[in-house]
Amino acid sequence: MKSDDKKSKSVAKERLQFVLVQDRVKLTPDEMDAMRDELIEVLSKYIDVDSQKIEMDVRREDDMTALVANFPLKGSK
Amino acid sequence: MAGKTIVITSGKGGVGKTTSSANIGTALAMHGNKVCLIDADIGLRNLDVVMGLENRIVYDIVDVVENNCRLEQAMIRDKRYDGLYLLPAAQTRDKTSVTPFQMKELIEKLKEDMDYIVVDSPAGIEQGFKNAIAGADRAIIVTTPEISAVRDADRIIGLLEAEGLRDPEVIINRIRADMVERGDMMGIEDMIEILAIELIGIVPEDEGIVVSTNRGEPIALNDNAKAGQAYRNIARRIMGEDLPMMKLEKDSFISRFKKLVGLS
Repeated sequence: MKSDDKKSKSVAKERLQFVLVQDRVKLTPDEMDAMRDELIEVLSKYIDVDSQKIEMDVRREDDMTALVANFPLKGSK
Repeated sequence: MAGKTIVITSGKGGVGKTTSSANIGTALAMHGNKVCLIDADIGLRNLDVVMGLENRIVYDIVDVVENNCRLEQAMIRDKRYDGLYLLPAAQTRDKTSVTPFQMKELIEKLKEDMDYIVVDSPAGIEQGFKNAIAGADRAIIVTTPEISAVRDADRIIGLLEAEGLRDPEVIINRIRADMVERGDMMGIEDMIEILAIELIGIVPEDEGIVVSTNRGEPIALNDNAKAGQAYRNIARRIMGEDLPMMKLEKDSFISRFKKLVGLS
């Protein structure tokens, strides 16, 4: 067993999802980070976003590929 | 007759495109279909050896498009099934020797006489891939449960859709139930969820594939092989049957015990 006890299958799935986001939107990791930071900046003007819990994913659906982002609100459940 | 053309592709090399093409073609012919397999991997032909037809090649696909021979002269009849043919790739030429337009023309001609045309695509996303998909009505992507193969499959899905080949389907090849079980291999659901495409079959890892390739006899011919069953099922799904997916068998206690003590 490796130092952390996470199964290698979960590691693979997470890493795969990460590279596919970049492949699908054709952005570099730096550009993705920049987009994320700018989105946080804009949203924070209006709402209290919990920046630790943000999730961004690019999903392929029936007719389109969509950027799906989750911006949980601070203190919300 | 208006045949259907299916391209077997993957992006990544070594995931089982050629094995899948040979077995799907063979299984379709077993069900009484007239089938022509096309090896579109010009310069690296291999469908001939997997089919066990390598010593019958006289002409190839490039000879056909350059009018050195008639199409029928280049088509090799299978040893086992009358309705099964192989149109081999050229080995001493490169991918630019055939254009997408020529491929389309060739397939249109074959469609008059065949129920199915199965095109084995080369790895990669360049000219050879573009040729292979040029005349296709339907695309099947082969992947294995590895990050690199699934990532490339995802790229291919995007490229196919950009070329107007909608709704590709996927074969997940070389899956190992024991590894999925212990959390060391991505499962079918994981990959289908990520790729968001239709599953047309799962093929378990099977040592029999190596043996069948050694002999030049597609495993679909073997009634007792799991992988052979998997490919026969895929062929029936291609023909429109609604079959449940194969249950993956974990190693039994006995076989695990045998491995442990070195008996198998």
